[in-house]
Order: sequence, then C-alpha cells, then structure tokens
Amino acid sequence: MNALVSLIVVAVLTAVAVAGAGARPSAFVLGIVVPYAAAAVFLLGIVIRVLRWARAPVPFRIPTTCGQQNSLPWVKSSPLDNPHTALGVAARMALEVLCFRSLFRNTRSELRDGPRLIYAENKWLWLGAMTFHWSLLAVVVRHMRFFMEPVPFPVLFALRMDGILEVGVPVVYMSSLGLLAAAGYLLARRLLSPQLRYISLAADYLPLFLILGIAGSGILMRHFTKLDVIAVKELAMGLSTLQPALPEGIGALFFVHLLLVSSLLAYLPFSKLMHLGGVFLSPTRNLANNNRMKRHLNPWNPPVRVHTYEEYEDEFRTLMKGAGLPLEKEPK
Amino acid sequence: MTEPKLKPDEVASIDYVVPPEGWTRTLPDLRKGTFNYGANPKSAQYLGLPNPRAWQPMEADWKLPPDWQRIVLEGLRERLSKYRSLQVFMDVCVRCGACADKCHFYIGSGDPKNMPVLRAELLRSVYRNDFTAAGKILGSLAGARPLTIDVIKEWFLYFYQCTECRRCSVFCPYGIDTAEITMMGRELLNLLGLGIDWITTPASNCFRTGNHLGIQPHGFKDSVDFALDDLESIFGVRVEAPINKKGAEILFVVPSADYFGDPHYFGFLGYLALFHEIGLDYTLSTFASEGGNFGLFHSSEMMKRLNAKIYAEARRLGVKWIIGGECGHMWRVLHQYMDTMNGPADFLEAPVSPITGTPFENAASTKMVHIAEFTADLIKHGKVKLDCSRNDHWRVTFHDSCNPARAMGLFEEPRFVLKSVCNNFFEMPENTIREETFCCGSGSGIGTDENLEMRMRGGFPRANAVRHVHEKHGVNLLACICAIDKATLPPLMEFWVPGVQVAALHELVGNALVMKGEKRTGDLRGQPFAAEKGGKKDA
Amino acid sequence: MHDTGKILAGLAVFLALATSPLWYASLARSSAAAPRLDLPAAERRCVLPREVIRASHMQLLDEWRTQVVRDGQRDYVTPDGRRFDKSLTRTCLKCHSNEKNFCSRCHDYAGAKPVCWNCHVKPEDIK
Repeated sequence: MNALVSLIVVAVLTAVAVAGAGARPSAFVLGIVVPYAAAAVFLLGIVIRVLRWARAPVPFRIPTTCGQQNSLPWVKSSPLDNPHTALGVAARMALEVLCFRSLFRNTRSELRDGPRLIYAENKWLWLGAMTFHWSLLAVVVRHMRFFMEPVPFPVLFALRMDGILEVGVPVVYMSSLGLLAAAGYLLARRLLSPQLRYISLAADYLPLFLILGIAGSGILMRHFTKLDVIAVKELAMGLSTLQPALPEGIGALFFVHLLLVSSLLAYLPFSKLMHLGGVFLSPTRNLANNNRMKRHLNPWNPPVRVHTYEEYEDEFRTLMKGAGLPLEKEPK
Repeated sequence: MTEPKLKPDEVASIDYVVPPEGWTRTLPDLRKGTFNYGANPKSAQYLGLPNPRAWQPMEADWKLPPDWQRIVLEGLRERLSKYRSLQVFMDVCVRCGACADKCHFYIGSGDPKNMPVLRAELLRSVYRNDFTAAGKILGSLAGARPLTIDVIKEWFLYFYQCTECRRCSVFCPYGIDTAEITMMGRELLNLLGLGIDWITTPASNCFRTGNHLGIQPHGFKDSVDFALDDLESIFGVRVEAPINKKGAEILFVVPSADYFGDPHYFGFLGYLALFHEIGLDYTLSTFASEGGNFGLFHSSEMMKRLNAKIYAEARRLGVKWIIGGECGHMWRVLHQYMDTMNGPADFLEAPVSPITGTPFENAASTKMVHIAEFTADLIKHGKVKLDCSRNDHWRVTFHDSCNPARAMGLFEEPRFVLKSVCNNFFEMPENTIREETFCCGSGSGIGTDENLEMRMRGGFPRANAVRHVHEKHGVNLLACICAIDKATLPPLMEFWVPGVQVAALHELVGNALVMKGEKRTGDLRGQPFAAEKGGKKDA
Repeated sequence: MHDTGKILAGLAVFLALATSPLWYASLARSSAAAPRLDLPAAERRCVLPREVIRASHMQLLDEWRTQVVRDGQRDYVTPDGRRFDKSLTRTCLKCHSNEKNFCSRCHDYAGAKPVCWNCHVKPEDIK
C-alpha cells in the first residue's frame, strides 16, 4: 500500500513531464522554472533544517563507545571506535560518513532449536548502501559536466574513472549500473522482508522510486533512445550562468528525468534524506569520550530541588547519634 | 503469584511474524507479566511529581489530567528545543532495519514494536503529526498519527520495555540512540504522572535517605559492621571501614545493593578487604550511600536531584577525590552526566592513586575513578598479593554491563583484574560481549517480578551466550560489575542456564587476596577453597 | 553546547559545493551558448541525417571499426543509396579535416573524450 502510493506519485510526475514536454511554454516551466525552484527549495530547506538542529544544544556528552576507553597508560585504547580527542572524533566521523562503519558491524540473529540464538555476519545491507551512496556521488559529480564550462579536471577525472572499463559505446559508467542495482536491492529488501515492509512508510519508498526513475531514464537516454547532449548542456549552462534559455530538440524523456531530479531535490529537506546532514550532528558519534577529563557544559542546566545534608541530618540526627556516627550539630 | 509458572521452552518459542495490518492499527496489549505497576502516590508526592494518585496500568481509566494532550505536546516541544539528539533522531531515521534484531527485547519477544526503529516511530509518528509540515499536510501518508490515549498506553508499554542499553545505537548508521528516545518518552509520561513504582519509590527513598533501598544512617552502619564481622571470621583480621569521616583522602560511593543484596554483598566484602590491605585512607558515607541513580530512568531533572549529594558530600567531608563501586547505570550518570549537571568539582583534586602514584588523567575533571580502574592499576603495579587458585572452584565468564560498555568503554580493566585473580576465564562469543554485549533484560528500573516474563525474554540473548560457555567450557560463574545485573542475572540464570552463579568482580578479587596476617577459612561466601575441598589446582 | 561555528562552517562548505555551477560559471566567464563548428565548405550532407549523426556517430564508428577489422567489410551504403568507404580517416576526416575546430569543440563541451585518437593520428598532426 505504502509502496503503491509512492509508485503512483512517481508515475504522475512522469506523466506530467511527458505531457508538458510537448508545448513550448510548459517545457519552459519544466526545463527552467521547476529546476530553479527545486534548487532554491533544496538549498534553503537544508539550511533551515540544519539551523533548526543547530539551535537546539547538545546538553550532555553522550557518545556511544564502541571500543576500549582511554584510561590507564598501559591499557591500549580504541582511538577510532572510542575516540577521546578531536582528531579521533574526526577519524571516527570520517569512517562513519565515508565507509558506513556502524553498518559494517551488522549481523543477523537467528533462533534455532535448542533454543539457541546464533549471530551471522550480514554485510549485504552495508554493501548495498555503500554501492548506492558512492554511485550516487559519482553520478552527481559526472553530471557537473553539463553545468560547468570548461569542464573542470575533477569532473573529467570522475568521468574517466567511472568509465574505466571501456565497455560499450558510449561507455557504460559503473555508477549507472551500481545505482540501479543498489536502489533495486534496497527496494527489493523493503518489499520482500515482512519485517521491513511492516516498518516502511510511503516516505521510504518514494526516494527509491524517484531514484530508480532518474537512473532508468538517464540510462535509457544515454544508451538507447539517445538525445542531443549539446542541447542539454546548453540548457544546463543557461541555468548555471543565470541566462536561462530553452534549446530546441530536447525529447520528452529528458523532461521526465529533469522533473524527477527536481522533485527529489525539493523533497529532500523535508524527508528522511536529511540524514545527509544529520549524520554529522549525531551526538552519539561526533563527541569525544573525554567525559571525565573535560567538563561539558549544558546551557540550560536548571537549578533543581535537592535534599541537603543538613535536612538529612536534621531528620536522622538522633538515630545517627545513637549509632555513633559523627555529626555536624549535636542533638538538643 | 497465581499465574502459571513460566517455562523456558514456551518462552523460547518466539514468533517473528508481523501482523497483517499496519502497526498503527494494533492496540497495545497490556498483558500481565509485560509491564510494571504504577507509582505509589506517596512516593510521587514526596518527590513533588505531577498528578500523584493511585492508578494501575491494567485499569481502563489512567486518571490523566484533563489537558494531558497539551501537556505532552508542550513537553515534546520543550525537549525538542533542549536536545539536539531528539531533533536529529526524530528527523533522520531511514528505517533501514539494521537495529531490529539487535534489541534483546525484540529477539526475545518477536513483538515488532520492540524493534528499536518502531519503538522510536511510536514517538516519531506524533512528532510528525504536530511538528512537521509533511505530517500536518499528508497525515498518515507521511507516517503521522494523532496523539490519543492508546498512543499513551503504547508508549507506556514499550518505553518500559526498553532498558536504555544502547546496543541498537552501536549498529545504527546515524548513531540513533533509542535510550535517548526512551528517556524522552518516559519524561513525557512522567509529566502525566505515568511513572512506575519500581522507579519512583526507589527515587523517593534515595532523595530522603541517600539510597534507593531507604536504608537509614544507623542501618547503613549496621550493615557495614556486619560486613566487618564477616570479614573477621573469613580473614581472621579485624578490618576498619570509616563512615562519614571528615578529612579522609577518598570518598567511596557504592550502589546500595552492595551492602544489602546477595550476591552484591560479597563484592562489598572484597572492596573492604582490598582497601584494608593497601591501607587506603577513605570513607564511606551514609548520605552519599547510593551511587546508583534511578533518576536516570525518570527524567534528567530527577537524575540531577539524586546525583547532587555525591559532590555535596565530597565537599562536606573534605576529601580529595572519589572512587565509585561496581554499578552500571551509576557509571552512565557519573561518567556522562555528573560533571555537567552538578560540577565543576573544582574543590576536589585530580585523582592520584596514593598507593601507586598513578594519576588517573582520564578522570581529571570529574575526579571520580571506577573501582575496576583503581584495582587494575594496583594489580599492575604488584601492590597486592593474589592467589588465583583460591578461585579455582569457579570457571568464570564476564558479562559487560551495558552502561560501562557503551557509555564508557570499560572493557580491559575488569578483564585484566579478572585474569589476575582467577585461573579459569572464558569469553562468551564475540557478538555478545564488549560493545555488542547483551543486556540482562532488567535494567533501567524494570527489574521487578511484575514483568518477569518480559525480563526472561529480554535476558534470553544474554543467557543464551552464557549457556554456550557453560556447555562448552563448564563455566559456572558469571562475573559482572553492575548492581542491577547482580540482582537480576541470578533468576535469569536459574531460568535459562541452571548451574551458573553470579558474582561481583571484587568478590573474586577478595577471594584471591592474600592479606597480611590472615588466617583464611575460605572464600567470601564462606565456602572452602577448591584445593581444600580436594579439588585439583590447575594453575 | 552548540558548536555553532563548526555547523556554520559545514553549511558553508555544503553551500559552496552545491552552488559550484553558479560561481564556477561566473569565475570561468562561461558562456551559455553551444560551440560553433567549422563545417566543411564543399559537402553539406553527411552519411546520415544530422540529428542521427549528432546522437549516434560514436555507434556508427564503432560498428564500422568492427566490420572492417573483424570481417573485412569496407562498403557502406547510406539509406539514400550513396556509397562510402568505412573509414574514419578516408571518409569522415576527408570532410572534417579540422579535429580541433570540429570534433573537439563538442567533445570538450560535453566532457566526452573520444577514443579515436588512441590509435588514429589526428589530421592536424599529419602536416
């Protein structure tokens, strides 16, 4: 049901793009107005969301420690999984963001007869996630060739590396296949595992269908239906140089591609895709475990009602005296 | 209890099948054995908590204040502005499901709402409904649902079926910590007076008498005297244990179960024997007679209220620094919260071991050292004479308690101590120890008989790993450094792995300790040593 | 603790990256216009219609290469009946003798590096 709703959303977007591609005024909206609007929503949305997070303080230092603490000089500590310095935290975050360190720990538990619980390695999700995200990054960097003139070296390098297998004409990019395969895997596991289907919202399927639509239309255009990339770059450069113009000769499939990308961008700040910013702000990962070394301040640390020793001794003075315990004030 | 007795086979036939209808459409099933009873109004009143009244979760009417919805939503708004963790954790979960089978309660119950991801969604769905644009516009399509009485009941059931152990947060790609979610959820419930008695009454005791058990100063003194008599009969040496002594170098704070519970007590004997042997200048305190802090399971405010006495007592007694005994959640509070809440401890000195001269640099600001750190340092420097063979009647494994594991990283110190005091030490499988350790299933204030079934379910993964080493290596002792563990692992072992006892780390230290001038009669439990029982020493 | 400085720095980096097309275009003084090509003066018709050639010339060349090298097939007949030698140098480059002002213009613009010159010598380099 949730998957169906998301699929319908993507289908409607596709139909809108196909319908709009035919006439020049609507193509102008799809090719220029929508991308600009989407980019603005994307940028502003992310900034606003991150600033909202930033406004809330981190009152307590609560790292999840996943290795030996730094304590006695002869005990070997775990600088990456339980860092106590800023450098260590940077390294831990780098591992988390670039290599999905935590997901790499993933296991699968299984209940056998006995009863006996066993835990098996389970790296598929990690592999799928790594393939998905790195492919997505490569795809984004590659597409900068349309938005930058002259095409800068890093983009050329990415293009060269991504197509280094030199399979097919035009070259098949590894990231195209990686993105398609990984998004397919992520969708399949959501649909096939009853537990995952149970926890999945429409908001979990929508980005996957959007990305599958984007990757699919992109691959179709590059390898099968073909299109005039020079015209596409003219359109993109018009956007980059803020002199937008709509060249002739761009097919409907391209507008589908562009509308799905725009939708994804505009949707991102309001969705779970904000994990792209949130992963940096997670207090269980981005704080050093130097809790007892350095005091952490809580800006709202409120005064509270406590029970003082004086009140305590007032209540128990006679009993304490009787037990021979030292007192601040002798009983009357 | 009149209910039929739980049987391991029945508890272990776990059905992981999810209901056909969506999770928002299943109502909370408040089945006996899966929840805890409501707070005693006297305790709530003593602490000045809202809406104190007699109520029970199995009754239909929870007697909520008339504007309960406003209270919860305002409370949520306030917490969203106070905790970045809550904001981020509400926004970024992608429901990848990596956390699902990492939770001992999910593994042990098969109830999908015990998947950490769904536990958080219970709160997140309300957050979406009232605090996000998508939720306000798209409603259930965006995963939003309005706050109803059933939602509150669901929160009550599942936020008290989480032990805040943080195992899920180890595996989460964004470090989403269900303990944070549960803590917020419980704070919101407490705003309505929906606390449980096993947390509220100990907290109220602690506020009044200094400890959860409500032991008054003369009772504390009696317990310590009793321990000193026991030590004399075991070691043949009269040991001193100063109480409320001004000018001592070190304040020693333990969880109250250490001087009142079994098997905690044998660890307490171990501390006292060790401190005597090294000639430590320390004092116990009747006021700071609890390091544990059930406020952690109630609200950050209650945590601060109960924790304040430790620094206050250190200041009053004029000590230089503090040692803390074996306790799990106590160390979560001491390590991650105390200095922030009740510091700075600028009236204390940075801790230096008076015996070895080792500065505890990792505690330079908080000025509180874990007993395992302190003892490991002593042993490393050869300051105590130990005879490992005195633990030869035990084949030992070590349970990493959740909080020292995942909120400190205290892994090697207790292991070094253990390996120095016993000959037969065996690790449990690697997915069940250190940062991946499994909870006892009864932490965070839900260790009562009321929810025994849930405790046996939640403790199943831990027990399963113990059984593995019990069968493979003949392990008969589960050592740990947590007071809740020591209280709740014995029934867990009895249920799942009969034949395995539970002990404090410092019980084994006390067993192995060779005291100057001693005339030992046996171990701290009063049993003869293995060698004297005719057992072969296999050092 | 807020760490506002670090968060703002992170946001600044993100914004710089996300808006890179805009400031790059302005720094590089990029023009939005497509490149203009030096078209052959004598011949106005390519082997296939212009749109097809634009979109698919790489596939045509790839097919030619395979047919010539593998099968020794050198004759190409266009749909409108014209005959050509399947040869980059002898057919394509006969008209398009200016790689720099023809091929490279678009290929550089699109960031697509042709593999032709891995083996073939560019016409300009023969002189």
